Amino acid sequence: MSNLAVASLRHTSRLCLKQPVSSAALLRGPAPKLAAVAGQKISTRGYVSETKPDNAQVNIDTAIRADQKAFIQQAGKMPEGQKVPGTSMNADVMMSPMAGVLKQATVMDEGQRPIYLDMQATTPLDPRVLDAMLPYYSGLYGNPHSRTHAYGWETDRATEEARQHVASLIGADPKEIVFTSGATESNNMSVKGVARFFGRSGKKKHVITSQTEHKCVLDSCRHLQDEGFDVTYLPVKSSGLIDMAELEAAIRPETALVSIMSVNNEIGVIQPLEEIGKLCRSKKVFFHTDAAQAVGKIPLDVDKMNIDLMSISSHKIYGPKGIGACYVRRRPRVRIDPIISGGGQERGLRSGTLAPALVVGFGEACRIAKEEMPYDSQRIKKLSDRLLKGLLALEHTTQNGDLNHFYPGCVNVSFAYVEGESLLMALKDIALSSGSACTSASLEPSYVLRALGSSDESAHSSIRFGIGRFTTESEIDYVLKAVQERVTFLRELSPLWELVQEGIALDSIEWSQH
Amino acid sequence: MSLVQSAKGDTAQQARSLYRQLLRQGGQFAAYNFREYAKRRARDAFREHKDVQDEREIQKLIQKGLKELQSMKRQTVISQFYQLDRLVVEGGSSGKQTGRRNDLVRQNDTGLD
Repeated sequence: MSNLAVASLRHTSRLCLKQPVSSAALLRGPAPKLAAVAGQKISTRGYVSETKPDNAQVNIDTAIRADQKAFIQQAGKMPEGQKVPGTSMNADVMMSPMAGVLKQATVMDEGQRPIYLDMQATTPLDPRVLDAMLPYYSGLYGNPHSRTHAYGWETDRATEEARQHVASLIGADPKEIVFTSGATESNNMSVKGVARFFGRSGKKKHVITSQTEHKCVLDSCRHLQDEGFDVTYLPVKSSGLIDMAELEAAIRPETALVSIMSVNNEIGVIQPLEEIGKLCRSKKVFFHTDAAQAVGKIPLDVDKMNIDLMSISSHKIYGPKGIGACYVRRRPRVRIDPIISGGGQERGLRSGTLAPALVVGFGEACRIAKEEMPYDSQRIKKLSDRLLKGLLALEHTTQNGDLNHFYPGCVNVSFAYVEGESLLMALKDIALSSGSACTSASLEPSYVLRALGSSDESAHSSIRFGIGRFTTESEIDYVLKAVQERVTFLRELSPLWELVQEGIALDSIEWSQH
Repeated sequence: MSLVQSAKGDTAQQARSLYRQLLRQGGQFAAYNFREYAKRRARDAFREHKDVQDEREIQKLIQKGLKELQSMKRQTVISQFYQLDRLVVEGGSSGKQTGRRNDLVRQNDTGLD
């Protein structure tokens, strides 16, 4: 439509331009030749330059290339143009073999970014997810709760669509999904919310959880204890699984909630959710599960597993950080005392404006996770087997956790007679962790491994390898080679290793007291 | 050649062209992991569906591939703007860039050393 209007306008303007000349020629009749020539010249000259559609366009390819060149000029440096501070030589001279001896040169051509193998801490944002998010960061900025204008409607529609994707990944109804800021908030909301709501009457003042839960569940339970609740911390078997008989014995008539995580973040053990759900349903106790590490990686169905509350995190499934969700069952209804009160968004359970870009990214991540689950799990299993086989081929290494019920993307291995933290330091070219990111700042051994009954030495010497969608075979091979080399190196340094090689059992030694 | 046959040859040509474009575009990612994933995923998806005969199904898959290609075109451009250092596994075992191109764009990571 607009195109037509522009074309007709252009046409008339051209006509107007020509009009005076031709009319003048007509009026004059048999005009002298000179004038006619002049008239022709004027008509070809034109006072309005013709517009073409590509005149206003910027060629995107050239623009990008120019930008890149400018960036490289600013950041990437050629060695011959670089003067090394403190000397009169340029970097080219310094990079001669002698330079390595002098230790002053920086090798500018070598890639130094470590390999990422800490997928339990967080995962990279999938480019497809970013592609879905970008429109909501550039143009579609409406508040999804605005009901009076189109800006609100379009973001509202997008968030509802994302909710649909999240719900279909876990087999829930979209109305049962509440968006939160992440799994920590979801865990707090579920544990504290249910306990406070049902504890108000004074009858249900008991919560059951396990010793290997994530810190945010354990800390929420600690807070509940301060408020006068009774909390049972279930021990786990040496495989990391909970004992069903013990759980059944721990459930009392006044129990309000059982909170057991689906996949452990440190050892990757998958708990028997279906059995726990069945037991809780038969005892009329609400069942909450922290599925931050499980959603999108193993098949989950809230109806089949009788799960009443579930915490989901976006940045563990290649989505953006800063968003998560909580599944809250509607039939039978789970009542929650909301932690955040306000405008009544999200069924009044979590007030506050939603971030449409994050929600859309989360929804897209869930959609991709559902679509790619068979492909991804097959691939991760293959890489994990390769890694495990290589690591366990080293002597005195053991895998932590249950060997049959674990998520293959999380491999936790103990290297005896090697300090875990020093191995991490030695493996600077690989991004790894010995436990959850929250506790990686302290040198304490992991409480999860202690709960499994591992000794202090074993807990200290364990390392977690996380494999994800974007991990490649050559990365696994690199890691295997690096670990093999450096474990051997560190063991050579260790006096304990010498004793072990001589065949002396370490338990039999009586260390002299100082 | 009958009409059906020519149409069939056409879709095969279309699929091959799409495959080539996906591989070429996937190689444009600046980040090593995304680059490898894009190439691998395209290859595996085409292998997985190599025996599909249903015309409607083929068209659906081609449309999906085209959508992925468009999104990849945008994302590769973005990734090229925000290049980081190379990974240690890239460019041979030592991670060295060969030749005199030296067009790596570096960003100094703080806290690594």
